[in-house]
Amino acid sequence: MSVRVENLSVAYRSHRGDVTAVDNVSFELADGEIMGLAGESGSGKSTIGNALVYLDQRMRAVGGKVTVDGRELPISDNRAMRPLRMTEVSLVPQYAMSALTPTRKIGKLITDLLRSHHVKDRDAVLTELTRRLALIGLTDEVLGKYSFELSGGMRQRVTIIMSTLLNPSLLIADEVTSALDVSTQRAVGEMLTEFRDRGYIKSAIAITHDLAILAQIADSITIMYAGRLAEKASTDTMVNDPLHPYTQALIASLPEVGVRYDQATLTGIPGRPPSLANPPAGCRFRDRCPFAFDKCTQTPPFEEIKPGHHVACWKVSQEHSALAAVGQEQAV
Amino acid sequence: MSTLKVDQVSKLYRATSRAGGLTPALRKVSFELPPGEVISLIGESGSGKTTIGKVLLRLVQPTSGTVTFDGKDITKYSQRGLREYYRHVQGVFQDPFSSYNPIYRADRVFDLVRGSYFGGIGDKEWHDKIEAALDAVAINPGDVLGKYPHQLSGGQQQRLLIARALLLDAKVLIADEIISMLDASTRVDVLNLLVKLKRQGLAILFITHDLSLGNYVSDRTMILRHGAIVEMGATQKIFGNPQHEYTRMLLSAVPELHKKWQHSPLGPVAVASNGHAAVAEKIESGPDVAVAPALAHASMLDEVTHAEQVVKRDLRAFFGGTRAAASGRSQVSVALEPPPLRECEPDHLVADAE
Repeated sequence: MSVRVENLSVAYRSHRGDVTAVDNVSFELADGEIMGLAGESGSGKSTIGNALVYLDQRMRAVGGKVTVDGRELPISDNRAMRPLRMTEVSLVPQYAMSALTPTRKIGKLITDLLRSHHVKDRDAVLTELTRRLALIGLTDEVLGKYSFELSGGMRQRVTIIMSTLLNPSLLIADEVTSALDVSTQRAVGEMLTEFRDRGYIKSAIAITHDLAILAQIADSITIMYAGRLAEKASTDTMVNDPLHPYTQALIASLPEVGVRYDQATLTGIPGRPPSLANPPAGCRFRDRCPFAFDKCTQTPPFEEIKPGHHVACWKVSQEHSALAAVGQEQAV
Repeated sequence: MSTLKVDQVSKLYRATSRAGGLTPALRKVSFELPPGEVISLIGESGSGKTTIGKVLLRLVQPTSGTVTFDGKDITKYSQRGLREYYRHVQGVFQDPFSSYNPIYRADRVFDLVRGSYFGGIGDKEWHDKIEAALDAVAINPGDVLGKYPHQLSGGQQQRLLIARALLLDAKVLIADEIISMLDASTRVDVLNLLVKLKRQGLAILFITHDLSLGNYVSDRTMILRHGAIVEMGATQKIFGNPQHEYTRMLLSAVPELHKKWQHSPLGPVAVASNGHAAVAEKIESGPDVAVAPALAHASMLDEVTHAEQVVKRDLRAFFGGTRAAASGRSQVSVALEPPPLRECEPDHLVADAE
């Protein structure tokens, strides 16, 4: 396992006390895995990503442990994290379109990056940089340009190049494809998988609200709801056979291109997620869930229902244990 | 009937850089928006789709061509005529979070309408009108009235703006990317609302870059590229039987849940002879690196669309740097005359390759 996150909780400080945006989250990433992390705005998906790379002043890791390649990541210790950023963990920030400063040329930004990480063999890295730029269809010319001279898609690709230049073990790609046109979206998505295949990054977490993109590039998908994990499974399972009521509703509400909608109408999910300042006890999807029953007032465990398929839902676990019981009887 | 008719509308933006030059944002675009129909206008960034919306809302004057509503040219409206026009044609924009003034309560948007259009109306009657409009967009008045924008969800904010348009007895709604900032779980509700309003006779121009949303709501579809319509017609014909190379390329790039992208070459899109075909060649014949075709293709698009967006001030030219390089970029231009549209089957027009 290249990345292991155990019981991670992250809170934002506020005047009215801490707001727990990520609540007791555990997951693992295998080598070469691209994990998609999806959820509504405010579900805590970006907070997870940021916590693994840079906890800013407003955030506090309340508990949990993160291990990358067998080494524990000192996420609460900003100074200790410094040499590990870009080399062990790296982030493509959410607004990569505006992440590049307009006052420096791209080449200068890259030099800064190399200097701050005390890279000795700069020529080798720069040769590699040229190779990678050519790979994604850019030339050395971009190094002499300012960020505002590049189009959105080019900027996004340059940001990914910079974030992955020192071959980090884990790349966190936060909304890298939103705000791009479909053809550019595809290019950026394929760039991520290509970089994984070539070993520039060992594993990646792709954070997005767009499930359709994840279906293309991710190996597994994790769904978050109101600060907790709702479901985690391989991409195929998640797309074709989701178990959590939230995932089912989410996937059912996506319009698709190859379908005619003269007769059929899709339905959204009524209501909105609970406020995390004072979250309700029990399952947080309860109020919007069509299947909610008495037991949902208790917090459901994030259980492995089938091999590799984790779900946090009482209904699913009950049905599954009933099925298992039937199976055992038949076996007897 | 109150049909909005766009006839041969072109819009040239003047580049502000010293290198000068004109950028064609719209090239002789013609279409009609009859009542009770949703037309989706699909294009990538820089294709001119927002400019069309702005022209229809009279926020931008077209360089040539006419837009008529009920047979009257909208560019010739006087102040009072324009106010009447806005009674019937209304717009809702992309970012609900910046459409409101955060200092005031969200329902101030209704008060502003009352101030300019319903001066003589009584409180009771006005209140009933608001309730009817909120009812039409399926919002419970208690949930939104008296609240500040930050207390409302994105979907509620967007629906409130649609309700505002309905107060005015709108016949045409220009919906510019109104879905893209919303969460997946609320998107469909706003889309369904548009379908419901359409059935009540509202004409909607649904501007989007998301093909799946366009496919879901619209009766007819227009694909816009470099300011010209490359394909238009009934939605199921465009999506079921796309004829233009560009439409096919867009469709092949759409991420679908149940179908993986195929790693087959996308096929180059012919571009006006400005040397940019060379970009693709250079990439493809690069030294020992295989470029994913989609990447090569996208970078070609980048070059072209970016060069056309020289509306933005080119700082290098401004500061007198390498002016030759700067002006070289902005001279990339597409022929003003758009490729002609031909009918390939009833209600399905395709442009020739450019």
